[in-house]
Amino acid sequence: MSERIKTGDGGIILTNADDLMNWARLSSLWPMGFGLACCAIEMMATYAANYDLERFGIMPRPSPRQSDVMIVAGTVTFKMADRIRRLYEQMPEPRYVISMGSCSNCGGPYWEHGYHVVKGVDRIIPVDVYVPGCPPRPEALIGGFMKLQEKIRGKQETVPGLFLEMEAAGEKAVLS
Amino acid sequence: MTFQEITDIVTSQFPEYDMTAETRNPQPALLLPARGIAAVCRFLHEDERLYFDYLACITAIDNGATADTMELIYNLTSIPYGLDLTLKTVFPRNTSGAALPSVPTVSHIWRTADWHEREAYDLMGITFEGHPDLRRILLPEDWEGHPLRKDYDAQERYHGIHVRYEDGKALEPSNDPDRV
Repeated sequence: MSERIKTGDGGIILTNADDLMNWARLSSLWPMGFGLACCAIEMMATYAANYDLERFGIMPRPSPRQSDVMIVAGTVTFKMADRIRRLYEQMPEPRYVISMGSCSNCGGPYWEHGYHVVKGVDRIIPVDVYVPGCPPRPEALIGGFMKLQEKIRGKQETVPGLFLEMEAAGEKAVLS
Repeated sequence: MTFQEITDIVTSQFPEYDMTAETRNPQPALLLPARGIAAVCRFLHEDERLYFDYLACITAIDNGATADTMELIYNLTSIPYGLDLTLKTVFPRNTSGAALPSVPTVSHIWRTADWHEREAYDLMGITFEGHPDLRRILLPEDWEGHPLRKDYDAQERYHGIHVRYEDGKALEPSNDPDRV
């Protein structure tokens, strides 16, 4: 690679708004900092120095209001289900959910006799990416994030439905 | 002091209770009727020869439909004398719909019994007479039934969520244009 001197003059990048927005979104996926069970230990290892999620722009946030993605890392009990639903509802849109590990995917080892376990977090909130494993290795969680990034990259921005409705209502009002 | 000596002290102190020593297992246990639990524990705690100042654990067992009994096991330790003692009490299990079995509390003797008894109540459905705050400790307040009992039937739904694996259906993956 030839050596370049940064002059600060700047150049021009031509792109379209879709790609730019998607690129911005997928490059700073901020997960909500919370864990439920042993999967959370693997998740913390993924955040930490060896696997260093921050190189993907992924850093945990202490509040659902600042988060883009929720990693459901661990066993979802019925007692916790209401709290998870509420936390999800507190996240601003667009919001994503990664279900990490067998328990939160489908109930895991508790699928038959676990009276206290929700048999899959997708019964209470919609899930974008499922990461299998018990618990998944950090590489698998990173793989889950890359899947999510792929999903966002292919997204075509559409006009918000509410805006279209308002516009239609406005036109109607003008016509009548 | 051996288990036999402890048993002799306790049985001579409480001739009104029908107590038996169970010595078949490596850990011998003193069997006593449920109504005597509080009085015997108070004595074990306060007697100068024994001074069982530490309650290590309370275990609750459901012996199933054939035996139709439940059990409580108290593991006591005397820290100054280095003694250990296991107390056991067996009592009839309630049929479904009938009142839960009741055992005198020992939470006024050892504070640690407070939460152990709440756990036994929560998961096994044993009530403790005289307990200051007998609420569920692990499960949510509005849970139905006591799940570690042999006759437990899981509820169909909890807050609208299906409990059984087979019944439920996952939500559709997100494809809301505003969302993704």
